[in-house]
Amino acid sequence: MSEHRAVAPLKTEFADAVLDVVEFRGETTVTVKKEQIVEVCTFLKKELGFNFLTDLCSVDYLGQDPRFMVVYQLYSIDKNDRLRIKAPVAETDARIETVTCVWQTANWLERECWDLMGIEFVNHPDPRRILMPADWEGHPLRKDYPVQGPDREPYQGRLS
Amino acid sequence: MASTEVMTINMGPQHPSTHGVLQLVLELDGETVVKATPHIGFLHRGIEKLAEHRTYHQILPLTDRLDYLAPMHNNLGYMLAVEKLLGIEDQIPERAQVVRVLLAELTRIKSHLVWIACHALDIGAMTVFIYAFREREHIMNIYEKISGARMTSNYFRVGGLSADLPDGLEQEIRTFVDSMPGHIDTYEGLLTGNKIWQKRIQNVGVISGEDAIDLGVSGPSLRGSGVDWDLRRDNPYSGYENYDFQVCVDDGCDTWARYKIRLLEMRESCKIIYQALDKLKPGPILADCPKVCLPPKKDVVDSIEGLIHHFKIITEGFKPEKGEVYVGVENPKGEVGFYLNSDGGPRPYRMKIRPASFINLQALPKMVEGSMIADVVAVIGTLDIVLGEIDR
Repeated sequence: MSEHRAVAPLKTEFADAVLDVVEFRGETTVTVKKEQIVEVCTFLKKELGFNFLTDLCSVDYLGQDPRFMVVYQLYSIDKNDRLRIKAPVAETDARIETVTCVWQTANWLERECWDLMGIEFVNHPDPRRILMPADWEGHPLRKDYPVQGPDREPYQGRLS
Repeated sequence: MASTEVMTINMGPQHPSTHGVLQLVLELDGETVVKATPHIGFLHRGIEKLAEHRTYHQILPLTDRLDYLAPMHNNLGYMLAVEKLLGIEDQIPERAQVVRVLLAELTRIKSHLVWIACHALDIGAMTVFIYAFREREHIMNIYEKISGARMTSNYFRVGGLSADLPDGLEQEIRTFVDSMPGHIDTYEGLLTGNKIWQKRIQNVGVISGEDAIDLGVSGPSLRGSGVDWDLRRDNPYSGYENYDFQVCVDDGCDTWARYKIRLLEMRESCKIIYQALDKLKPGPILADCPKVCLPPKKDVVDSIEGLIHHFKIITEGFKPEKGEVYVGVENPKGEVGFYLNSDGGPRPYRMKIRPASFINLQALPKMVEGSMIADVVAVIGTLDIVLGEIDR
């Protein structure tokens, strides 16, 4: 399969920032440095027409370094194609610049990402929790957060 | 000299027109909304976290409980994502594909019926509610015959369907769809020409196409702002490219435009259902991938291979190779997507749901600020949100 149309321009424009390009099942994933995420996203929206931020989430690779990966699913309504951008975020500096200035959609999605995964979005206009209560401690989607909740014994299955 | 001050009031979480447990903190200047702040999360069940601790087959019933008004679409989106992760999406048998489309469109009608019922009820037109729920009951009965459940269908499986359609059901669906255009005429007769209805929704909740795209709005709410985009046509799945249907677009940008679009979509869904019924031929309903597809019950009882495959899939699950996929489907509310990240184990390493209602709700403040408090009710209705999907 031919290379995704965004890969060559990204490599030319951001030679230092593009860390990895992976293709799997016809989907292209480009990993970029988190320091340049806003520049990359602005370029993708303005120059390559990715006007629709479909989704934004994060993955916790506990035990690896960098620990987190912020994942952006982009879509271009005009060109009708998808692209996935990922940015690694270290545990010691779990922060990344917000992309709300590029797509307003990112506002709530980044709040959710902060709420459930504990990644701080720098310069976010409204950095509150969204799904969990405001006074909740911890970030439930982290791999070291127990599924049964804090301070509870793990579920052992039905006894009867 | 008279002084004015902004008054803050709570709308919800216990409010009949918030369609679930949505809380809106409204700041009002007289009757004009100055600022609206949605508070969500009251129904958060941690489905994404739960999914990391379940096998791929065990997650399916959780997806029913996202948008519980359109469970088949959630099942479908999740199944397509798993099948793409496994690389078996082109091995799904024809009959399973057609039944998936058939039920997806039936579900679209079902979801839109709840929308028109509740939207009209919120605005004061009570009669439509009774009529629309009568039709919905027929679809629920069809659901029950197919899957045994009225709402949480849990019917699709990796590689196809859990069971074939029961005998005589095709005729029942055909009879129902025959009656549907007449019913839609009834709703239109009650609403479209009604001056009160028009005054309550025309030029209410206006959002331009650019703003809607910027806010990630999808589905009928986006098409009501003049953006011609429908995943069924633009990223076809389950064989949607073989069906002839119109994507309904209106550039009115207001609640009235979205109202007209959803009514037209119901009519288009009827057309797709007819085509699907015509395409429906006898044949296998499950892909020939014994390592990942749960075998039919008969094989589990009669053959040793069937028993072994069943046992292996149920106890340890199947292991897709390492990788990540995203699949989005056109839910009645908008694009619902599933991002699956596999580390090669029997459970997804990470599952992220792209909730259409969650992202559409984000546009609500933009649509209500500056308008009257009574319009908030109309805008919540027109966004057609489901809190089960918003809070996950």
